[in-house]
Amino acid sequence: MFMRSTAALAALFFVSTAPLALAAEKPTDPQIAHIAYTAGTLDIEAAKLAIKKSKNKEVVDFAKDMERDHEAVNKQALDLVKKLKVTPEDNDTSKALAKAAKEEDAKLAKLKGAAFDKAYIENEVAYHKQVNGALETLLIPSASNAELKDLLETGLKIFRGHQQHAEHVAGMLK
Amino acid sequence: MLTLALALIASPAFAATIEITIDRLVFSPANIQAKVGDTIEWTNKDVIAHTATVKGGWDVMIPAKSKGKVTLKAAGTADYFCRFHPNMKGHVEVAP
Repeated sequence: MFMRSTAALAALFFVSTAPLALAAEKPTDPQIAHIAYTAGTLDIEAAKLAIKKSKNKEVVDFAKDMERDHEAVNKQALDLVKKLKVTPEDNDTSKALAKAAKEEDAKLAKLKGAAFDKAYIENEVAYHKQVNGALETLLIPSASNAELKDLLETGLKIFRGHQQHAEHVAGMLK
Repeated sequence: MLTLALALIASPAFAATIEITIDRLVFSPANIQAKVGDTIEWTNKDVIAHTATVKGGWDVMIPAKSKGKVTLKAAGTADYFCRFHPNMKGHVEVAP
């Protein structure tokens, strides 16, 4: 169990360097559901902070997009796990995501104005890149239920759009 | 006289509705040709909301799993995009 979670975690943060670990260890559907849902929830929380703190229209609009989309996707995920009678299972990858988000949140809370905007958007670029990499190389290939796999693939399309949108806004802030 | 005759032949008896589907953040077809008076109707198959927006022009909300439409009032070409997902792009050519 410890090995599996460690491999999942390694894959999530060092996607390109851990192909062997991916092949050997893969998360279960209840764990994948938990990771995907957690990743969405954390981005919603970051978005709420940005909506509250930022005065930059582009940044606030972007944050509202994140809040709206991730809430919609997470609702789909909840409906699906209910339908499939799957109970999402907490795991080390979800815990690591939550821990990293908490640290980022503490960092952002201390910033203001343009410094906040820049830090928030740059983190959004990095975060979506990470999560998209994990979806592509680990979560989607590991999902055994076809409907879960399909939802993750839809999510990946949406989140790639988010990453490009974040990169665009980051470019404007420079 | 000739122009008038051609115009009469070319004008449709009724305005048309042009259907565009949105699936996984893609407008399909992305390029369409229409005439003034035609209606464009977008069907959004995604679980997230989109818009079809022209800078300084129309701004159509297309909720998740729902539809949105616009009736074309002026001739010309228009590039539209989704305000929520600016990478989503479409193009309309509107003939008089």
